[in-house]
Amino acid sequence: MSDRLSPIADDAPIVLEAKGITKQFPGVLANDQVDLVLHRGEILAMLGENGAGKSTLMSILSGLYTPDAGEIWIKGEHVTLHSPGDAIIRGVGMVYQHFQLVPVMTVAENVILGAEVVKAGGYIDIREANRRVRELSKQYGLEIDPTAVIEDLPVGLQQRVEIIKALYRQADILILDEPTAVLTPQESNELFQIMHQLTAQGVSIIFITHKLKEVLTVADRIVVLRGGKAVGTVYPAESTEASLAELMVGRKVILQVDKKRAQPGKTVLKIENLEVLDERKHKVVKGLSLDVREGEILAVAGVQGNGQREFVEALTGLRPVVGGHIFIEDEETTHSIPRKISELDVAHIPEDREKHGLVMPYSVADNLVLNRYFHEPFSHRAVLNRDAIAENGRNLVKEFDVRTPSIETHAGSLSGGNKQKVIVARELSRPVKLLVANQPTRGIDVGSIEFIHNQIVAQRDAGVAVLLVSAELDEVLSLADRVAVMFDGHIVKTLPIEEATRERVGLLMAGSEEE
Amino acid sequence: MATDTTSNETVNRTARYLRKAWQGISVPLVAVLLGLIIGALLLLVSGAQPLSAYGALFEGAFGTPAAIQRTLEKATPLIFAGLAVAFAFKAGLFNIGAQGQLLIGAVVAAYVGFSIQGLPAIIHAPLALLIGGLAGALYGFIPGALKTYTGAHEVITTIMLNYVAINITDYLADGPWKDMTPGNIVARTPKIFPSAVLPSLGNIPTGFILALLAAVVAWWILYRTTLGYEIRTVGLNSSAAQYAGIRVAKIVILSMMISGFLAGMGGAVETQGINGRFQPGFNTGIGFDGITIALLGKTNPFGVIPAALLLGAMRAGSSKMQFSAGVAPEITDVITAVILFFVAADIIVKTLIRQRGTDDDKVTLSTGWSGH
Amino acid sequence: MELTAVPRKISTNWFIKNRWLVLIFIIIIGSIAYAYAVNGRVTTAVLASTLRQSTPLVLGALCGLICERSGVINIGIEGQMLMGAFLAFMANVYLGNLWVALAIGILAGALMGLLLAFMSVTLKMDQIIGGTVINILAIGLTGYFYISGLTTQGKFQPFALGPLAEIPLIGPVFFKNPPITYMAIVIVFVLHYVLFYTRWGLRTRAVGEHPSAADTVGINVYKMRYINVTIGGMLAGLAGAFLTLEGVGTFERGMTNGRGFLALAIMIFGKWTPLGAWGAAFLFGFTYAIQTQLQFMGVNLPPQFIGSLPYILTILVLAGFVGRSRPPAAEGKPYEKEGG
Repeated sequence: MSDRLSPIADDAPIVLEAKGITKQFPGVLANDQVDLVLHRGEILAMLGENGAGKSTLMSILSGLYTPDAGEIWIKGEHVTLHSPGDAIIRGVGMVYQHFQLVPVMTVAENVILGAEVVKAGGYIDIREANRRVRELSKQYGLEIDPTAVIEDLPVGLQQRVEIIKALYRQADILILDEPTAVLTPQESNELFQIMHQLTAQGVSIIFITHKLKEVLTVADRIVVLRGGKAVGTVYPAESTEASLAELMVGRKVILQVDKKRAQPGKTVLKIENLEVLDERKHKVVKGLSLDVREGEILAVAGVQGNGQREFVEALTGLRPVVGGHIFIEDEETTHSIPRKISELDVAHIPEDREKHGLVMPYSVADNLVLNRYFHEPFSHRAVLNRDAIAENGRNLVKEFDVRTPSIETHAGSLSGGNKQKVIVARELSRPVKLLVANQPTRGIDVGSIEFIHNQIVAQRDAGVAVLLVSAELDEVLSLADRVAVMFDGHIVKTLPIEEATRERVGLLMAGSEEE
Repeated sequence: MATDTTSNETVNRTARYLRKAWQGISVPLVAVLLGLIIGALLLLVSGAQPLSAYGALFEGAFGTPAAIQRTLEKATPLIFAGLAVAFAFKAGLFNIGAQGQLLIGAVVAAYVGFSIQGLPAIIHAPLALLIGGLAGALYGFIPGALKTYTGAHEVITTIMLNYVAINITDYLADGPWKDMTPGNIVARTPKIFPSAVLPSLGNIPTGFILALLAAVVAWWILYRTTLGYEIRTVGLNSSAAQYAGIRVAKIVILSMMISGFLAGMGGAVETQGINGRFQPGFNTGIGFDGITIALLGKTNPFGVIPAALLLGAMRAGSSKMQFSAGVAPEITDVITAVILFFVAADIIVKTLIRQRGTDDDKVTLSTGWSGH
Repeated sequence: MELTAVPRKISTNWFIKNRWLVLIFIIIIGSIAYAYAVNGRVTTAVLASTLRQSTPLVLGALCGLICERSGVINIGIEGQMLMGAFLAFMANVYLGNLWVALAIGILAGALMGLLLAFMSVTLKMDQIIGGTVINILAIGLTGYFYISGLTTQGKFQPFALGPLAEIPLIGPVFFKNPPITYMAIVIVFVLHYVLFYTRWGLRTRAVGEHPSAADTVGINVYKMRYINVTIGGMLAGLAGAFLTLEGVGTFERGMTNGRGFLALAIMIFGKWTPLGAWGAAFLFGFTYAIQTQLQFMGVNLPPQFIGSLPYILTILVLAGFVGRSRPPAAEGKPYEKEGG
């Protein structure tokens, strides 16, 4: 058992230690007596599903939150971190999942922000800052142009800026929060190489993720968090995906969705050479074509930021189309308004459930009629029927297992998984021909994920055409009947599920064209 | 057993209802109290007697039937202005232009009142009201359309339109629609014909009753119709409204127009029920009062009524206060501002009275100038 | 991934990128030169008046700008100006010293700025409502404490800046002014430097664009906002003091007459930059300056039409420019440190 203990880890000096960290938020105990040890030059993976308390723990270690109880020791010194500044001084640098970069400023400005070197009168010597960034990027092999503006950079490079930002502050303890969420498998591998380079130079890394495969590839040691508690410390050599999953969720998990062969029928959705602009008027969907037939799930795989959001918004009428055509059955809907498309029995589970999917201050019952309030029986001659709305609410809450105190509860006070169930209930409780589901399980608990996956498969089996857009390769591979890989605004290749191996899809997601 | 549970449930429900009602009114009540206290301190500092000042204020507002009538008269345009602001709030719009819309409504109602002769009162008075309201709606259309099609934030455009409305009405009352009665030198329109005048029912002005009716109708539209559902959805989450197939642009413009209609009607009532003509310089600052009233009434049309009565009473009693206690009437503006502060800063009041929980219907207004 | 190390060539492209601005600038200079050739005396008078009328506007716009650059919308500029104007006036009446009165006007603005910061940063109140509270409060307080018939010792007088004042047209317009007008010009350039070349400016902009990014590198978002909003209030107070100590010389109820709101339009027109605001303020100042000039010249338009000009211009500017410029991304949103 002990013959493959990490060679560096256990002998190397301890650089960071947390003892009995506890943090209570209103209604949730986010961290419950968590202990943690990090050695010099080690990559420690912190594994747990959404809501397990990983991010809270890391926010505490980086000084953003203060714990209710517990001690933090950094390099042998007992410390109290009141702010991120305190953590930075002690060499703890955090790379957040949502990058903390000012989009309109340059790379160098972002790197020096908060730790500027100034001349008389507070004047910032930007040339000197650029030089420092170039120096760091050479030293650690993180190539970047210091004068580039952040919002013009792809996410992979933005992540580099975050790492350089930490190194500029002389961080030797790096915390990476879900760093691969926005990367292709190939970009992820690049990141892992960088991580090894960093540890070789004496940096210690905490790597937070919920992806099992990555943990097994890159980590020296793995700490698993569940329900706010540290439930185990294991080594990659003695673990498998299944054993990690069980530890993470607390019960046996079926990693594969059980489904029959698809019985595709006639074409329901047909898209030809679609072109769409983003907010900044850049063309981000560039000649996308695909079709979906009834009774099949077509999954659009791709790293986020390749035009998926704009594509789905155009398809559902939320964003104007500047070129190409969309047909739903025989009707052209290229320039139709959302109401018309919805009335063609198109259900839409939006990517951002809090922004588009729900009206947070509305009750669950009111949210459940958001796309049908103008129909009988919910209203009659433009006058609402409160009884029918309440009745509908009670039925759907029961049918879709929404955990809510009552139908009068505000949607905003539900958990992420239950919010998504409200949306799914609303969208699937009416006749549906085409289901458009964009990132339907992002950031929700495993139980809700299973429930929603089963609902999607059930819809397919009932003859609905399903368009699933997902950045989670695992989700794509377990649900899809066909996989369409999206890169840079178009579909590079569509594969039947039998031919869609992880490696092949991964390469396509990175933009490498086959043949 | 069964009856026990039912009665228990009834008790619980009543308790819950009472708690909810208290949650609804506690903040405004405490805010008003704090406003009066701070106003009293200010009076003390400036060498006046707070008790006698407030006593005179109260007497001037409620002391006699005539005083009560004056309070109701003062409260009437305030109800309309408060409704106008509250209605726009529900759509996520901050209409500071109630004053301008009210002025336009008032001058147009006056024009209908003095220019058309020979109509029976049953037609003439409602007609003037309606056209006054429509004029306000049209004036509300401008910022609504500007917001929808250009992104110009309604807070600035409505304020600018207030100044423009003052100029327009000044011009009309001193130019083409001026009262040409021999001997008149001031800027004002002619008197409206008796057929356009709103009568008084005893001590209760008809305008006040109309204002109450307007509140009922506004509430019904907001909470009982699909249009109201759409308006509230746009106000609380316009992205979700768009997703739900609601035409946000249409709702924004329509809400501004309904808001303008309410304010314009308030102006018409003022002309037809109280002044009998249009004369520039009345009701300055009523737009700001409307904001205070709408927030004090928690943007609920029924909440607007007591809030407007409170401010109306302060307006009605302030001349008595000036006369017998020698206190400048502007003290009521200060009190109004302090009340608004504490209503908006409900976090302070809630800490004071140890109440928890958040508001159901809180709209966010400040989203930046580009609006959407 | 392409990684070019070529910096953006801002300097060479500047004229091409801003060709419309350059063109408008040339047209304006041309028209002024022409007008000066035709009637030098009137042109000089109108331009000098434009500069002075623009002074409270540009100060107000700078107030709005410094607040919004740090993420706080300030629609209470009007009220802050009014308080500054009133207290500066009262100080002038009772203390009889213009410079002390000026300091008190600025202090009044600072206090009102502090109040806005308290409401929007500490209480996390909706910023539009917070600004409205300030406006109503200012109307009430100034109205309540104002006594008509007060007289002062006088107001700030123009003084010439040596030989510069002798330059034709430019001299009398820019170099023969009372002190607050000079101050405003200096403040424009100082603020430009501070905002774009110093640590304070970098941090202010970061706080207004992405407060949590600033927070995670140890910048105190609340403190930055408090200080910026208070400085903004001082500028609004200075604008108000201009009205009573330099422009009009006396106080009237509601004398700011919407200038605080015009200032916001000017800020937007100037794309949230001090130099841009200065240019935009000229345009607005011009609409005031020609009002008096047109009346002198006996142009037969109802005064209400000319009086509406600044307001209509504001609406047009907003309608035409708000969608094209980009405000600080985090403005209007209270910063919540612990979101959970």
